[in-house]
Amino acid sequence: MAAATEAAQRGASVVVFDESPAPGGQVYRAPPAGYAMPADPDRLEGDALRAALAASGAVVKTGHRVWGVGGGPLVPLGEDAAPFRIDALAPDGSNSVTEARALVLATGTHERIIPFPGWTLPGVLGLAAATILLKANGVLPGRRVVVAGAGPLLYAVAAKVAKAGATVAAVVDLAATSEWLAALPALMARPDLLTRGAAWRASLTLKGVPILPAHRIVAAEGDKVLRRVRVAPLGGGEERVIDCDALTIGHGLVPATEATRAFRAAHRYEATAGGWVPVLDEDRRTSIARLYACGDGSGVRGAAAAPASGRLAALAALRDLGLIDSTTHATARSAPAANFARAARAGGAMARMMALRPALVAAIPPDTIICRCEGVTRAQIEAAVTDGATAMNQVKQFTRCGMGPCQGRMCGEAAAELVAAKVGGREKAGFATGRVPLRPVAMDALLGDFDYADIPVPRPAPI
Amino acid sequence: MTAPYDVAVIGAGVMGCSTALHLARAGMKVVLLDRGEICREASGVNAGTLTMQMTRAALIPYALRAHAMWMRMGEWCDGGHVQAVDCPGLSVAFTEHEVAMLEERAHFRRQAGAPIEIVSTARAREIEPGLSDKALLAGHCPIDGFTSAYLTGRAFRPALLNAGVDLRERCAVRGVQPGFSIDTEEGEIRATRLVLAGGVWLQDMAAWLGITLPIKVLINQLVVTERLPPVMRTVLGVASGLLSLKQYANGTVLIGGGWQGIGDRQRGGLAVKPDSFLGNVRLAAHTIPALRDARVVRSWLGLEAETADALPAIGPIPGVADAWIIGSVHSGYTSGPYMGKLLAQAICGQAPELPLFPIDRLLAKDQAA
Repeated sequence: MAAATEAAQRGASVVVFDESPAPGGQVYRAPPAGYAMPADPDRLEGDALRAALAASGAVVKTGHRVWGVGGGPLVPLGEDAAPFRIDALAPDGSNSVTEARALVLATGTHERIIPFPGWTLPGVLGLAAATILLKANGVLPGRRVVVAGAGPLLYAVAAKVAKAGATVAAVVDLAATSEWLAALPALMARPDLLTRGAAWRASLTLKGVPILPAHRIVAAEGDKVLRRVRVAPLGGGEERVIDCDALTIGHGLVPATEATRAFRAAHRYEATAGGWVPVLDEDRRTSIARLYACGDGSGVRGAAAAPASGRLAALAALRDLGLIDSTTHATARSAPAANFARAARAGGAMARMMALRPALVAAIPPDTIICRCEGVTRAQIEAAVTDGATAMNQVKQFTRCGMGPCQGRMCGEAAAELVAAKVGGREKAGFATGRVPLRPVAMDALLGDFDYADIPVPRPAPI
Repeated sequence: MTAPYDVAVIGAGVMGCSTALHLARAGMKVVLLDRGEICREASGVNAGTLTMQMTRAALIPYALRAHAMWMRMGEWCDGGHVQAVDCPGLSVAFTEHEVAMLEERAHFRRQAGAPIEIVSTARAREIEPGLSDKALLAGHCPIDGFTSAYLTGRAFRPALLNAGVDLRERCAVRGVQPGFSIDTEEGEIRATRLVLAGGVWLQDMAAWLGITLPIKVLINQLVVTERLPPVMRTVLGVASGLLSLKQYANGTVLIGGGWQGIGDRQRGGLAVKPDSFLGNVRLAAHTIPALRDARVVRSWLGLEAETADALPAIGPIPGVADAWIIGSVHSGYTSGPYMGKLLAQAICGQAPELPLFPIDRLLAKDQAA
């Protein structure tokens, strides 16, 4: 929203694509049309961003699922870069094609869930998924909910679940109390967040919700649906069993880099930014000309830092397109640059807390499914490495891990960590090549109505 | 300095793996080099089609033998296999022009030994109930099938190691001196014989030896769907050869046929072309209408090599003693394991079961022996 607003306000012709029915992303998610939800601070901030976008003159294409990216550097050898091409499915199911001279990616993150026995049982869902249910739909994940994982979402979800009338059976926090204390100085830059965080915790304490620091979920159990979880201290020690009908669990956020990978932009691994991130300059330029990345999708730094990074990306794009001169650019970028630096400090502290914890991966039992699309276990992934696979693309070929509908979004982190432990690091393990479609796309929408004669069948090979 | 190898094979795709395996089993000390990982290029990303109806007529005798090898891979590859499925194949005509093409091509392939019969649409739909009723005629070949090509590297690897092949992955070759001294990232490797098995990179490899061998690069596109209930049970193609379609046991349908994407030798398979992507899936859905209800999950590209006459380059390298070449086999994956076996026979001084494809015809006159 911020990038589009900035660019459109400065006279660029801008189109924004978003899969959701309204702009806002995850943090500023709006409720569905005609659905009344009480406003929270995020909503008010989101409404302000939405209003600015609406007034900016940018064309906003909501309900559009971008499945294809192309153009730019993806041209035959020796040819100049082409305009970027965006293929999106419109709300009516038809395909829309758009070309643009510059492309800003603000793709956000997906949730990291490090598998454990029973994680695929109905009743187990992501922390971020739970926030969608709560925020946008006012739906509770269950009546008796265990909230587990790492990062600030833990307490936000627990507080909202409790406030909405369900029982929070426990908050199972991977972080030790000392980790939260260590993050405090960085959080001082954001007293608003600190206050909210403190309020969440206080409300939980008031309700007598057990908070278990430095604990992990050992297993989710139940016959067909979730009935209970087993919980243990991280350092080892006695397990306890907690009855529940929902477990919301998340181990941090992973930047969604499908598009930058498809463009073959340079990436680097930065655990404290969520994992693989595109290599960026300070104005959010990727290694590909006129391709920019901002927000958590370019490295997790939190919602407050995202608009500032979006503005930086938009300004860089305008500068590169010759729509603003260098003086205007230098002046305009100073405020968002400062805002980004300030917000990223608090965001970075949270991102560090949500970074992947190798001990969690090490604790996965061998027969636990890692890739739920294809049913691939830890033991099968490790056997593939023993059989000579050395990188993610090859592990994928040997095992089908990551070949299903999610294309590795669910399993990729745990699988890569398992491989990395054997081959000497995530850089060596690499990542799966980015390919179109970025999301599964219905053939029906692609095909449209056509006659056989319309199909440009190429010339046959010689007999 | 280590004792020289009897033979160095450069390129660990299906051609290189099969050649290396058969040479090692014949008693040679073999090193198999690849700049990347085993069967990670064309051999690991192709459509796995084992069809006769897309194979060039001249290659049918080879493809038939290779088909049998794929089906029995576990027996000759120490249990390694690629989940080969033996099923009939249909090649379909939708227009009168395609009917003529189909009949002509079936005729040539039948002469070459492929048991292809022309069948009515009604008969074709008995064989393949998923087939569109818009088909006018079909070529039916009971010998067809497919593999999961992504398993090829994993299938070959243990057998290569068991046979004593020194498999060196991620070991790029920078150049070769006659004799042979091979300059690699891991230092010099010496070998008495040399086999170049580098797919689309054969042109660069031949240049190490001063040979100019033009190799065209095809950027073949593949598209795969989500798992579906059964919608088909054969390998389906069209008369022109520009479609290959099959459903795997897990329910996914693989759509290929050689539609061209964007890419090259230097950068690999970069991206699909929107028109090729659309054309390919339309042709697939025209052939198997149930595909309209599917979702596409991924597309990718693989690089296929082609010589000037689109026939293979398999044989000795003229003017360079003890140097051999193998590759550029149209539908090369299909015939691959057999081609490697043949070349190994020739290198071992035996008469190969079937003729090789010497490259003299492809070289400028001053280079041909």
